Amino acid sequence: MSDSPALADVIAVACAEAWRGDGEIFASGMGVMQMLGARLARATFEPDLMVSDGEAFYVAGDLPIGGTNKTIEGWIPFRSVFDTLAGGRRHVMMGASQIDKYGNSNIANIGPWAKPKAQLLGVRGGPGNTVNNATSFFIPKHQSSVFVPVVDMVSGVGYDRAKKIGGFIAKRHDLRRVITNLAVLDFATPDNAMRLVSVHPGVNVSDVVANTGFELVIPADVPVSRAPTAEEMDAIGRIDPKGLRHREIPS
Amino acid sequence: MNDTRSKVITEDQAIATIESGMTIGIGGWGSRRKPMSLVRALLRSNVSDLTVVSYGGPDVGLLCAAGKVRRLIYGFVSLDSIALEPHFRAARQAGTIVEPVEYDEGMLQWGLYAGSLRLPFLPTRAGLGSGVMDVNPSLKTVKSPYADGEELLAVPAIRLDAAFVHMNRADARGNAQYLGPDLYFDDLFLGACEPGRRFVSTEKIVATEDLLKEGTFHTLRINRAMVDGVIHAPNGAHFTTCEPDYGRDEAFQKAYVDAARDADSWKAFSDRFLSGDESSYQSAVSAWRAEVAAAKEASK
Repeated sequence: MSDSPALADVIAVACAEAWRGDGEIFASGMGVMQMLGARLARATFEPDLMVSDGEAFYVAGDLPIGGTNKTIEGWIPFRSVFDTLAGGRRHVMMGASQIDKYGNSNIANIGPWAKPKAQLLGVRGGPGNTVNNATSFFIPKHQSSVFVPVVDMVSGVGYDRAKKIGGFIAKRHDLRRVITNLAVLDFATPDNAMRLVSVHPGVNVSDVVANTGFELVIPADVPVSRAPTAEEMDAIGRIDPKGLRHREIPS
Repeated sequence: MNDTRSKVITEDQAIATIESGMTIGIGGWGSRRKPMSLVRALLRSNVSDLTVVSYGGPDVGLLCAAGKVRRLIYGFVSLDSIALEPHFRAARQAGTIVEPVEYDEGMLQWGLYAGSLRLPFLPTRAGLGSGVMDVNPSLKTVKSPYADGEELLAVPAIRLDAAFVHMNRADARGNAQYLGPDLYFDDLFLGACEPGRRFVSTEKIVATEDLLKEGTFHTLRINRAMVDGVIHAPNGAHFTTCEPDYGRDEAFQKAYVDAARDADSWKAFSDRFLSGDESSYQSAVSAWRAEVAAAKEASK
């Protein structure tokens, strides 16, 4: 290992940090980095988290990503995932092809929904996730075509819309963190507009601003995202021995 | 086994009951345990103008490519290990799906569940505040009659004219068994369907007394009162997963996606794999596998 940590490792830790303090809930990661983050959090500072194999089982121990030698500790078929998220006992980290200032996100389509320029996945579980359980995002390429003023299709509900609904949803709506290849962001501002939390080593605040298509809340002091501890590097090595994280985030 | 009570039929006999304009529910999830032999038989038929309800994978893609889908009720369409389904994308981008109905995944479950319980709707929070409601003005909300007074999304019941699911095992009368990790929502597809066209294809038809030889009673989630026709379809979910009998044929799935890149290569793929009946399909796949293996050997 060189003196400065690989960017992918800093990001893995930043993703893991999203689940800090969550306790005994389902930490669900949609994608390699998201899964690594959930398993890393569980392996280190958040040992009560439940993590799945990405298919239908809760697994104990440090299951490597893509690993098949599982210690199954529970069964979580899709129907149980839906029950768990509606019960609020889950914090999911998704991807997003577009996201706006209040965290409205889009994985469905680019261009008008009626006849999209690019059809993507469809809304999937985004609408249900974002009004029911805590949601974070990992976005591998921070650029202004992703961080947009208005998303083309709201597959994940942001703070402005949740407030408009009011009641139960507004009270519990919880978009936690957005982790990108440049920075960590959150919504901990008076009107829940997106805020810069930290920049990754070597990234300037101006890089983040230049690659964001709306105005970010920038605190006076923006720290640098922390480096992994030795314990975390060990866990990352166990969970991602093939280095799949480096394919998502080349150094 | 009492043969006079047998519901065993062929794919083509099942599809002969389908008429243009019907609403068809297809079980499985993405590129997992899809009743592909029934979908392939549907491709060979003349029916069109279908409403298709699916947690979509290549079933939706193929039916879109064949121009059979007028209305599509879906939460997503994906090939799982390949995120985007090329034919579904092309159809959406060309606007050929006349009436897309996009739901949250949980909304789709609720619609099918309401349909199977014969309720007009089921309430949920999933979908509120999202684009799903922006693009679909026919979706209504309902106010809780209790003290909370919360406004919830009323997901309308989905009723199906026909349902297709693929199971690992079934007996001849339609008691069916899944041996893999997830039932998905196959029981709800059958439940939401009018009796008459509820079809289960299966890897293997076994005697009723053998159903518990390979799985516990927990795996018997489909019973014969939910099923009108049983189709013996070994490798019938190909190229999707059918754990534990077989996994996804990733190489073939990739070939399917590659072939979708232009009209000529799709025509070549269709001619080779989809122009004949199910046994021609299975032989063509075997021949393709042998070719791929030989090419790999030669390049060593």
